Amino acid sequence: MKADLTALRPDLAAIAGMIPKGASVLDVGCGDGALLEYLARESGVDGRGVELSQSNVNACVARGLAVVQGDADTDLADYPSQVFDVVILSQTIQATRKPSAVLSNLLRIGRGTIVSFPNFGHWRVRLALLVNGTMPRTKALDYVWYDTPNIHLCTIADFRALVREQGASIERALAVDGLGQDWSQTRAMRPGAWGPNLFAEGAIFLLRPGR
Amino acid sequence: MAELANPRFLRPLSAPDADIGQAVAFGPERALALDGGRTLSPFTVAYMTYGALNAAKSNVVLVCHALTGDQFAASAHPVTGKPGWWQTMVGPGKPIDTDRFFVISANVIGGCMGSSGPAEIDPATGKPYGLGFPLVTVRDMVRAQAMLLDALGIDEVLCVLGGSMGGMQVLQWAASYPERVVSAVPIACAARHSAQNIAFHEVGRQAIMADPDWQGGAYQLAGTRPAKGLAVARMAAHITYLSEAALQRKFGRNLQNREDFSFAFRPDFQIESYLHHQGMSFVERFDANSYLYITRAMDYFDLAADYGGVLANAFLNSKTRFLIVSFTSDWLFPTVENKRIAHALNAAAAKVSFVEIETDRGHDAFLLDEPEMFATIRGFLNAVAVSRGVA
Repeated sequence: MKADLTALRPDLAAIAGMIPKGASVLDVGCGDGALLEYLARESGVDGRGVELSQSNVNACVARGLAVVQGDADTDLADYPSQVFDVVILSQTIQATRKPSAVLSNLLRIGRGTIVSFPNFGHWRVRLALLVNGTMPRTKALDYVWYDTPNIHLCTIADFRALVREQGASIERALAVDGLGQDWSQTRAMRPGAWGPNLFAEGAIFLLRPGR
Repeated sequence: MAELANPRFLRPLSAPDADIGQAVAFGPERALALDGGRTLSPFTVAYMTYGALNAAKSNVVLVCHALTGDQFAASAHPVTGKPGWWQTMVGPGKPIDTDRFFVISANVIGGCMGSSGPAEIDPATGKPYGLGFPLVTVRDMVRAQAMLLDALGIDEVLCVLGGSMGGMQVLQWAASYPERVVSAVPIACAARHSAQNIAFHEVGRQAIMADPDWQGGAYQLAGTRPAKGLAVARMAAHITYLSEAALQRKFGRNLQNREDFSFAFRPDFQIESYLHHQGMSFVERFDANSYLYITRAMDYFDLAADYGGVLANAFLNSKTRFLIVSFTSDWLFPTVENKRIAHALNAAAAKVSFVEIETDRGHDAFLLDEPEMFATIRGFLNAVAVSRGVA
């Protein structure tokens, strides 16, 4: 089991740790289905996926997963309300056209919502802009500004504000370091702490609809 | 009864001596109650099988054909001699691997390749049914297939697959017999026939019925064939199977064997002569009345209507695993219609996957060499087989 967890991308392993056994899960932007397959095998999770890339959908289907080719921006509206125990959006919200609408749909569809994203408030990002005067390129966000899928980057503080605006509550919040390499370095964030927004490379939030 | 000896009245109409494969005849004790209120009895279902049934009877794959298809999915057509309509998909080592699966493909009732249809002899009169054949629905077709599987002693099907009208049958199978269907792959189809689809079908039917040789449907008795009408119906329909981009790519405005216009109404353009060829070769193998009946069955198809107007209710508590496939350039059964099915299945909490294959070949893509479609279906079928312990 431990070997399986390390085979999983570290950020996904951290998310997997938040999901109760036997839960029903919708993974939005599920990639090649590694997390869903892991959850089905190790936690008896009844999983579904949404994925944009056709080759990734093929990989999921060949793994025996139920995955719909679709787009978080346009296709979530068609899902019924409160049908999944947990809805996951990992490393995707910054690439959606309407993050607010996407989050609102996630909160509607799932009794719990897990969102992970890279933190644009990290000191290296801030420093790069301050020192170079150019759009920051980091290991976690290695794109030039004119050719990046990440069109709606945010900081941890920004995300907290959006959650508040949507009337949702934060059940758990993890700060993550070593983004893109080793997300096993996670630690709980205290509400109101300013440190993570400066020092964490990314964050994972477990949200509940309503306060 | 003298007519019975006349080969004109024997099946199939276009080639009375053709080998229709295997067939099961259902006697009066196994009548088929039809959605239209009438009963079909006795009746016959003609079918082909490929591969071998395993001891546990757990490797059955049912392939459903489209409007003008038949049971010859993976072997040469007995009339035309051409390869089976899904020979790229079904066969040894193919995505539907006949070294592994036992594939059954049945001619729909209302068809003209050996299953009961308007071109067959009505046992009550000793003459061809013609328009005396009862109207059938997609659900009736599926009921007849379920009876065929009963007759073959097969309870459960590992996978039901089909494109276009075959996809409609797949959906009906999953809705009517969820406990018998482990997995279902509806391809390039819809849960209901749209107004546009019905409109195109009506053009085809009117073309057939406008042909004087149709003889009010009794052309077999009159010794004529509405070949022109059926050819025009096929030509019009064929356009809907292709995309504008593919037509332009293949034919453009190219002229057929000439340097300049004829300034007459001969087929100047390659696209015209292509359509003529499609029309004429279709007439060789298909019955005009069958075309009327089967297009009507498709028009009547609206799965949600049988479930209080809510498509999701057709699949409530279904354990069946679904794979829905659409094609980007299919405007006859566009992606949006296929996605409606996926949304309904999601709403019913069914296990559904959906892929949209990128291609410019239109609706016909499901019959063609589409490597991404093959890869998707091969992977899906393998995963289902593994989950069921099918070697």
